[in-house]
Amino acid sequence: MAHRRSRPAGRRTILLHLNGEPTEVSFAPHKTLLEVLREDLHLTGTKHGCELGECGTCTVLVDGHPVLSCLAVALACDGKDVRTVEGMADGPLLHPLQEAFADLGAAQCGYCTPGILLTAQALLDRNARPSRDEIKQALAGNLCRCTGYLKIYEAVELAAARMRGENAEPDPESIYGKR
Amino acid sequence: MASAEGKDLRIVGRAQRKIDATDKVTGHTVFADDISLPRMLYAKLLRSPHAHADIVSIDTSRAKSLDGVKSVITGEHLPITFGILPVSQDEHALSPKRVRFIGDPVAAVAATSEEITTRALDLIDVEYQPLDPIASVDQAVMTPDLPIHDYADSGNLHKLIDLEFGDVKPGFETAHSVREDLLFYGGNTHLAMEQHAAVADWTGDGKLTLWSSTQTPHYVHRTLAKVLGLPPARIRVIACPNGGGFGGKSDPFNHEVVVAKLAMLTGRPVKITLTREEVFYCHRGRHPTLMWVKSGVSRDGKIEALHFKTLLDGGGYGSYGVASTHYTGALQTVTYQVERYKFQGARAFTNKPPCGPKRGHGTPQPRYALEVHLDKVAEDLKMDPADLRLRHLVPPSSLTANYLRVGSTGLRECIEKATAAADWRDKYGKLPYGTGVGIACSSYLSGAGLPIYWNDMSQSGVQLKLDRGGGVTVFCGSTEIGQGSDSILAYIVAEVLGLEPLQLQIVTADTDLAPVDLGSYSSRVTLMSGNAALEAAERARDILVKHVAEKLGVPKNHISFADGHVFDVEQPENRMTFAEAVQISEAAQGVIGTVGSYKPPPSEGRYRGAGVGPSPAYSYSVAIASVNVDPTSGIVTVPKIWIAHDVGQCINPVTVVGQVEGSVYMGLGEALMEDMAYRENRGLVHKIPSMLEYKSPTTLEMCDVETIIVEDPDPNGPFGAKEVGQGPLLPVPPAVANAVYDAVGVRIDEVPITPEKVLRAIKDKVRGGTGRYGPTSFPDVPWPAPTVVPPPWEGGDGRAIDKATESETTGGGGARRGG
Repeated sequence: MAHRRSRPAGRRTILLHLNGEPTEVSFAPHKTLLEVLREDLHLTGTKHGCELGECGTCTVLVDGHPVLSCLAVALACDGKDVRTVEGMADGPLLHPLQEAFADLGAAQCGYCTPGILLTAQALLDRNARPSRDEIKQALAGNLCRCTGYLKIYEAVELAAARMRGENAEPDPESIYGKR
Repeated sequence: MASAEGKDLRIVGRAQRKIDATDKVTGHTVFADDISLPRMLYAKLLRSPHAHADIVSIDTSRAKSLDGVKSVITGEHLPITFGILPVSQDEHALSPKRVRFIGDPVAAVAATSEEITTRALDLIDVEYQPLDPIASVDQAVMTPDLPIHDYADSGNLHKLIDLEFGDVKPGFETAHSVREDLLFYGGNTHLAMEQHAAVADWTGDGKLTLWSSTQTPHYVHRTLAKVLGLPPARIRVIACPNGGGFGGKSDPFNHEVVVAKLAMLTGRPVKITLTREEVFYCHRGRHPTLMWVKSGVSRDGKIEALHFKTLLDGGGYGSYGVASTHYTGALQTVTYQVERYKFQGARAFTNKPPCGPKRGHGTPQPRYALEVHLDKVAEDLKMDPADLRLRHLVPPSSLTANYLRVGSTGLRECIEKATAAADWRDKYGKLPYGTGVGIACSSYLSGAGLPIYWNDMSQSGVQLKLDRGGGVTVFCGSTEIGQGSDSILAYIVAEVLGLEPLQLQIVTADTDLAPVDLGSYSSRVTLMSGNAALEAAERARDILVKHVAEKLGVPKNHISFADGHVFDVEQPENRMTFAEAVQISEAAQGVIGTVGSYKPPPSEGRYRGAGVGPSPAYSYSVAIASVNVDPTSGIVTVPKIWIAHDVGQCINPVTVVGQVEGSVYMGLGEALMEDMAYRENRGLVHKIPSMLEYKSPTTLEMCDVETIIVEDPDPNGPFGAKEVGQGPLLPVPPAVANAVYDAVGVRIDEVPITPEKVLRAIKDKVRGGTGRYGPTSFPDVPWPAPTVVPPPWEGGDGRAIDKATESETTGGGGARRGG
């Protein structure tokens, strides 16, 4: 790509369309997208659980598709559209997925949450009314050790309903349990 | 303590967001690895490739000469030992002479980049003299003359316990039926998504700051002071929010000590982030535990005598192991009445990563054994296993054979509601071959009654600062690990002062800023920090009430707090804002600040070992699992689990349901797949130190969960609240095992219940065998002379009969209190 050029100390520069803004960044050429996001762009909202492509924690969207940023060579992302958790909200307004995750306690420790939110966003972008099984399939590559996933499914369903314009509220049994 | 009864609660019991929920969903939460400081160096540890070896020499000269390397240290730089328990100070930050498992660190490097640090590790030359590794508990028992440590109770048996509460022999002799079972609970690990990380900073004025992903900043603080030889007042430990803990971040770790030392030596900030493989070596997870259980029961299933033996595989270091060993025997008595109880527990050292506390700490293993055993007892007696349990519940406000004080117990309601929700009576024993249901109960602590190290001070402290703008800041040493501990403080203070939780500022987990809370372990935080917060808030309220009552000209008992106002309950329009109330109080008596503290009630047991088991309150849980078993493959799938949990009082139902579901999930993983496995034929290398190969449930394996919340308030809990973070894990593995039996008639007396084991048991049954898979023998452990403690109903006062043992103390649990 046109933006790639050599820098002193072997650094290379690329241009990302990052969270809606053109962003130039230079870095050592062996770095992964995860490393460039966290270390060179200081976007530490993207987390890592294994750095081996096994847990889904570092998922970001590249051209709208979920990508394990720990396995993506950053140089290969030149010119691409990259979305991280920092870019989900619309200014001060949280994304409906973020609202629903906060309401339902779908984020406990919150460490896997950015990756799951972005994976879910990619799902909802292509399927406005996913079934429970489709949600499970979409999130099967994202490990979460806190929630048991159930609140995550419910939050994705709640956000999907709200994004369809429905006046959806959480199921009382989901937040109060059965009494 | 305050109770929910008779009060009009506005915040407590209301479903609401956690106060940090927005930060968690926007990426704003700062975890330890997110911290980056100017001039920061990167550290890495060189770890042993041998399971058991003496270090002959370490040459760091080549590493030191590499460009960018700022410091290389070995064991000689950190000679002082540490360990979480006072009785097991057996860890070095870097092993100086001997390594005890593959992954034991021997040297550390700090350099200007991770790449240089990694290269430098390759340039450290270590010569080892390998020793025979101790691979198993059997080998540990049989090899006392090659001790891994020199301080064990006997050879390679780190800890030996023998406790008798009444004489079990006559109980067995007069019992209607007697049954013995052997069971094994495999080892598994926490697998928190966040890899451990720590950053240390040493400033020119001789002060050290450590940010770390730790559940126990207070104990890390103490450890750093000891090992580095610094006054505690010069050390500040900040526990960042943990990206999951589950017990895996409750030990002080060598990497925390190492980055602190490297920061002191280089004068620069130093950071370390463990790789996922290294996290497997840190471990401190569930002890693999072999268990033998014998019970003698009456015709209707009452336990006249119970004898439990446990043998824990502790790995290479002590960690919490002494406490873990006691916990494998402590809580068998708090669910069903046990007339006479004998417990023998042993922990072996082996050359594997150290085991420690994982969610449920030492109690899921014996709970699995007891609940599977009772399922078999019920079958022997031709009783419904739910009925058997219902008939012999421990009554509320009672004392058990081993002197645990039980307060509220909602176990009956849990069983009744869970069986009703699951249609238990229509399903148990009635489903077609291949499908089944199983039930199990459990109980857990709401905080350990005693601190890790013996002291008479508070276990949790809270300070409140009231600002003239109406702001309230809550300071507490408690540690947010995702369970909602910060939110609990906000809810409780907001309830008392009539505010909204999000209005409050919460400052936690910082040893410089907040009073000590012992940490996020033993399910202690809601009860203990909650009570401390309640006390501080009530004291602040009392101050404000005095001045507001004067100002409004009404009696003090007319003053109430709600919706940001302080008002006369008789004439609610006669009121002022909360900020005005603070202002008039500050004008009258100066700056408004209060403190609150919490210390659990003293233990009733006064025998050696009585320090482990007591708790201010016990939670209760019941799980009913439904399973499908494919008899051709042995694959067990779990479509649904019904779980009822007595939490005393929900502070926030959203977080309560979340903890229950998360516990069920983790219990399901342990029941079906999670397994710390080592290759004995390859020098005990970890078989699978990766997330891909260490199987844990994904969305595709997780079951449906129906959560039933039972609220039986405990007088010791804040608003009656008890724990929920760990207890609901415990009944899941035995419920699954019992359901497998209901489905296909085979007993899997070993967790995890893998397809191979199920298939073997089914094939065995087809061939006319018993259809059981499980351990077949218990090693010959050299048990010590028993500590004999008559139970309360035999005239006991909690003391051991033998005067010689009475005056002794346990270290880890610390049984001195009340002695």
